Amino acid sequence: MTTTDPHADPYAGSRETTEGRVFTVTGGDWDLTFGGADQFAQERLVVNMGPQHPSTHGVLRLVLDLEGETVTQARVVIGYLHTGIEKNVEYRTWTQGTTFVTRMDYLAPLFNETAYCLAVEKLLGIEVPERATTIRVLVMELNRIASHLVGLATFGMEMGALTGMTNGFRERELVLDLLEEITGLRMNHAYVRPGGLAQDLPPGIEDRIREWLAIMPERVAGFHRLLTGQPIWQRRLRDVGYLDVTGCVALGVTGPILRSAGLPWDLRKVEPYCGYETYDFEVPTADTADAWGRYLVRMAEVGESMKIIEQALDRLRPGPVMVEDKKIAWPAQLSLGPDGMGNSLDHVQHIMSQSMEALIHHFKLVTEGFRVPAGQVYTAIESPRGELGFHVVSDGGTRPFRVHVRDPSFTNLQATAAMSEGGMIADVIAAIASVDPVMGGVDR
Amino acid sequence: MSEGPFRTGAFGVTGTGDTSGFGGLVRVEPGGAVTLHSTDRPYGGWFDEVADALAEAVGQQVYDAAVRRVVVDRGEITWFVAREHLLVLAQALRDDDALRFELCSSVSGVDYLDSGGPAGERLHVVVHLTSMTYRRRIRLEVAVSAEDPRVPSLTGVYPTADWHEREAFDMFGIVFDGHPALTRILMPDDWEGHPQRKDYPLGGVPVEYHGASTPPPDERRSYR
Repeated sequence: MTTTDPHADPYAGSRETTEGRVFTVTGGDWDLTFGGADQFAQERLVVNMGPQHPSTHGVLRLVLDLEGETVTQARVVIGYLHTGIEKNVEYRTWTQGTTFVTRMDYLAPLFNETAYCLAVEKLLGIEVPERATTIRVLVMELNRIASHLVGLATFGMEMGALTGMTNGFRERELVLDLLEEITGLRMNHAYVRPGGLAQDLPPGIEDRIREWLAIMPERVAGFHRLLTGQPIWQRRLRDVGYLDVTGCVALGVTGPILRSAGLPWDLRKVEPYCGYETYDFEVPTADTADAWGRYLVRMAEVGESMKIIEQALDRLRPGPVMVEDKKIAWPAQLSLGPDGMGNSLDHVQHIMSQSMEALIHHFKLVTEGFRVPAGQVYTAIESPRGELGFHVVSDGGTRPFRVHVRDPSFTNLQATAAMSEGGMIADVIAAIASVDPVMGGVDR
Repeated sequence: MSEGPFRTGAFGVTGTGDTSGFGGLVRVEPGGAVTLHSTDRPYGGWFDEVADALAEAVGQQVYDAAVRRVVVDRGEITWFVAREHLLVLAQALRDDDALRFELCSSVSGVDYLDSGGPAGERLHVVVHLTSMTYRRRIRLEVAVSAEDPRVPSLTGVYPTADWHEREAFDMFGIVFDGHPALTRILMPDDWEGHPQRKDYPLGGVPVEYHGASTPPPDERRSYR
């Protein structure tokens, strides 16, 4: 190269030959820029997934650092569904609180309501009637099946098994039909109230639940035929999203994830509430600690919940579904109207034309609500996703002073990084789907 | 009704959302929850066992310095502890064979606005611990003032406290020293203020429409 040549090109060396000047064109200054740089660092890629993404299980945002297809770092960003439910509850009466908490984990509304009501009842120091407790167990287990079916359906959808999704939502609709008949609403029921239930079971519902119980085993078997034995399904799930018992407990992970790692920790067994100690059921576990184990645990739990529903139906006895104390009890002797709202003509007649005091009492109870003695409690129940805890503080007034919800999805989602770092990007989807977070509960 | 200063009267009630005008005949003043008196020994049940084991694990001197008050209420036990000893207690509670509180169920905040005592310790960090071995639950509570809202982070002892502490920071402005990345988690990153504090204004600016204006929610009647 002749550097003194005024015609020299700075990016292409040249030399004189017998056939004229020959230029040697190289890759410009790229070698200078990247020479000696780390081979892998060149492939480092930061991918943003979500919050609007069909495979992130709701409005969940993932920031993934990739080397090739390997995830080196997974960060989870939440808060896109934050609606300030905990704050809102502080400005409503204790009874109205149910209508807010039911909207948190919207796939398990009856668990939110029951856990909240158990906390309020513990603060009040009251016991709800036996029939109310049995119906709570009944609707919670129906709800658990519905929730697991959605977990299964979205699992299928995110893995590309779309028939799993359509079937899951189809079977869930059967459960929702039952819940609609019982509570008046498919979701966000506000059916469980402090002191008992909003209303009694409609006539004839026991028979319809039994009819449903009769067809359900075949539907569950259909899932096993469709997915369980399928090689693609197995290979997508096995050894994916591994988290052992130590990891689960350190990260506070409970529910099917903990049980898939082999620890039979189910609050219905270890800390019974609502009389679960008197029901005969098993706690399914797996020993694989991966997405496959979680899938099997959830499938098995559907069967166990059906056993509990059957026993709850058998022990339903006529009786009140709300506490006797008229200072707390919402008028519960309602009948369901065509619009889905409960009403009681006897009660209306009583307060409107017979007793002025009853009218005053009704007015005070509805507008102001009842008072709850000051103090704080923590109650936890086993929701479909794990330990659902309510820390409720009362200052003695008619409204909660503070309601904090320990939502299992919120806590379990922390395990995303532990489950997916070092794996393939496609396995991140499987890992999160196996956690089955509900963003309404995560963000509250 | 339990302990606490009582107020009587039928009308002019504030702070209850009462729109009926009658109000309560007897009510406990806000903050009754924290003015509960310390429970005397014996606490009853396994509570004494845990208290003894904890004192033994950290040493009686540290225990006496760390524990300000122990309250047993509604079958639940709460240790009100000084923040500088929180980590020592948590480590012992997790690791001691007689205690074994392996699972940290929840870390959250509560703002007792008007009842922080002379030191103004209105912000409480409430930690719920679960012993999976013995099937027990206890509660630790640390009170700090809004001017110095610093509490040591539990993330080193219980990694699960990570997001819970971020939420308590986001909502109450409690600063957890030693947390690996204490950022907002539910509210947007550029949000100002901590929404679940009791003195946080309830939303909005006055909205003007056709010359009339609607006040923000906390200036409306039922929220006063």
